[in-house]
Amino acid sequence: MARVGVFVCHCGLNIAGVVDVKKVAEELIKEKDVVFSTTYAYMCSDPGQNLIREKIKEHRLDSVVIAACSPSMHEETFRNATRDLINPYRLEIANIREQDSWVHESKDATEKAIKITKATVEKVKSNEELEPIKIDVERKALVIGGGVAGIQAALDIADAGYEVILVEKEPSIGGRMAQLSETFPTLDCSQCILTPKMVSVARHPNIKLLTYAEVVGIDGFVGNFNVRIKKKPRYVDIDKCTACGDCEDVCTVIVPNEFEFGRKPRKAIYIPFPQAVPAAYVIDEQSCLGIAPLRCGECAKACEADAINYDMQPEYIEEKVGAIVVATGYDLYDKNNLVEYGYGEDADIITSLEFERMLSAGGPTQGKVIKPSNGKEAKKIVFIQCAGSRDKQHKPYCSSICCMYTAKHALLFKHHVEDGEAYIFYIDIRATGKNYEEFIARVMEEERINYIRGKPAKIYRQGDKIVVEGVDTLLGKSVKIEADLVVLAMAIVPRNEAKDVARLLKVAIDEHGFFKEAHPKLRPVEAVTRGIFFAGCSQAPKDIPASVAQASAAASKVIAMFSHEKLEKEPIVAMFGDACTGCRTCFYICPFNAIALDSKGKAYGIEALCEGCGVCVAACPVGNIKLPNYEDEQIKKMVEVILE
Amino acid sequence: MSFEPKIVAFLCNWCAYAGADLAGVSRLKYPANIVPIRVLCSGRIDPEFILHAFRNGADGVFIGGCHPGDCHYIKGNYHARRRILLTKKLLKEMGINEKRLRLEWVSATEGRKFANVVSQFVEEIRQLGPLEAKK
Repeated sequence: MARVGVFVCHCGLNIAGVVDVKKVAEELIKEKDVVFSTTYAYMCSDPGQNLIREKIKEHRLDSVVIAACSPSMHEETFRNATRDLINPYRLEIANIREQDSWVHESKDATEKAIKITKATVEKVKSNEELEPIKIDVERKALVIGGGVAGIQAALDIADAGYEVILVEKEPSIGGRMAQLSETFPTLDCSQCILTPKMVSVARHPNIKLLTYAEVVGIDGFVGNFNVRIKKKPRYVDIDKCTACGDCEDVCTVIVPNEFEFGRKPRKAIYIPFPQAVPAAYVIDEQSCLGIAPLRCGECAKACEADAINYDMQPEYIEEKVGAIVVATGYDLYDKNNLVEYGYGEDADIITSLEFERMLSAGGPTQGKVIKPSNGKEAKKIVFIQCAGSRDKQHKPYCSSICCMYTAKHALLFKHHVEDGEAYIFYIDIRATGKNYEEFIARVMEEERINYIRGKPAKIYRQGDKIVVEGVDTLLGKSVKIEADLVVLAMAIVPRNEAKDVARLLKVAIDEHGFFKEAHPKLRPVEAVTRGIFFAGCSQAPKDIPASVAQASAAASKVIAMFSHEKLEKEPIVAMFGDACTGCRTCFYICPFNAIALDSKGKAYGIEALCEGCGVCVAACPVGNIKLPNYEDEQIKKMVEVILE
Repeated sequence: MSFEPKIVAFLCNWCAYAGADLAGVSRLKYPANIVPIRVLCSGRIDPEFILHAFRNGADGVFIGGCHPGDCHYIKGNYHARRRILLTKKLLKEMGINEKRLRLEWVSATEGRKFANVVSQFVEEIRQLGPLEAKK
């Protein structure tokens, strides 16, 4: 038999001014199992809380109902205040303020308050005493992606003293930032600020760096993920390679360099870029003649360090980690989709990232701005913003960084080619970061860049020139520019591999393929699945400062998690009986993959993953699943009491 | 005396219940005929609960969940939507006007919407009169 105490709060006049609180207490004491009821001016005050404690002791109460404000206000307060006397789950709130006294007239409100409180008594009587679920946590993190976001997250976690495994699919870390020339709005050289961080990663005793590697399997749950990583054969031992380049000199195979978007050649044995980390060569097995079956073997002969091994095999590594940071980065929207801008058909229409390489001192043209079609200096450039962004035919969202980098491009171009002319087609200028607006103003005013508000209608070749036709919507005049070079500020899209990572992690991606955060405002770096965090452009287009900030935020979430001896979670989770028929209905509908099947095909719950929504409970055709404190019988009883 | 319908409301904890709280904070009046039961997710609502309510004399049942795409549990509200559609068909078969069961998406910021849809629903049930089975 339960011994329930009911405490009706006046909340000054907030409740008592409308609801006859005395009557509520009088009616409730008549209820079965209610052994005590009273009213008090402010239950949440110190004397109010003491009153509850005293009465629990005096009347040996094992359950408490507090008829007061919404549970979102003070459920926690009251549960904490009585924790040493009764189990927190034996205390429930009857909301007679927000959903009663504040919205109804006097007579109705009193009646409704009685119903709500009675229903809550029904519930609390059969509530189970629950304790938080404790989960072990492996204090090691996996970071997927070695761009600036992944690097920052890895360094922050490692600096806090925890082990990190950083997995990068390319032969070097660095990501997109390594490809940039200079960064807005300060015009820092991108390599100069990134390279030291890359080196720190390689040298950090807590970071295990796996380049040329991919995550191929993930299972488990928060604190206990099992990860399978495939290390692709590099055919070069990174510990032996000194990056001397002797191998490259003798290699006879010449192919386009991906890092330079094919605008510079490389050999079959190559280093992606001079500052690569690890500073080691890699053999591209697709183009190498030496791997098999006809051996060339020239590079191995040339290598004094004996670092080359043609017999290297893929290596599989199993790791157990407690948390995962996803920083898979971005790609540019496929240029071939922009037929109206003629990409893919003309060498003199290039993407923003290709232009970054062109501006780079280490790039294919050593920083010279040229017309790719004839190699001559480009004197007149048209930059087109929102190429694929803010366009319902392509990507409806704003890619966030193009206004800024296009302004930077135009400025750098003017610095490279003094008598050059730059035109920028734009829809709006979005410069919301720190010192961004000032940067735009500087570009517009000091650098004499021509901003044209409007989207070009037509781009075509005429002899040596690329003609861009459009309308300046501010002047209401049509414009026609004969340019040497056209640079498209392409929309930012998630990396192709992101959807595979999402599938492995079983986390949601949005309609555009970006990882979906648990809450757009209040939980912007977490996945709904506990223990998984996002950083950088994998979650949405963003600039370097925002990527770094998000990476540090993700790292701090991981560190906070690791600082606990055990993880705790809400114990309201689905409980499985032994009547399972193996229909798998629950298995398929669980949003959290918290249901597994045993060897006989019967479902069981993984309490560490269960969030307690109860979708499976309502779906189970044989009633084999229950949700403690939200059980069928409890809810039906509440319905009955309300309808009495 | 005019007919005062009895209505049970199942509200999800994260959106509809919070929306109802906001209606309170904003002091938006609505009829007291509706009595709430808080569940964690609209996906927890078993059609059995709805039938149980009608069996015990409810004239209407109101379900409040998160807007599509906003479910705290990713997709519980989609399951709720399917189940409610099915239950409506079932009610029709049983000779109960399907309008007596209403599903609404109410976000935590939609206090005004909560008060409005509840007022409309109560009025609609008042027009329909007592549950057919009771007559």
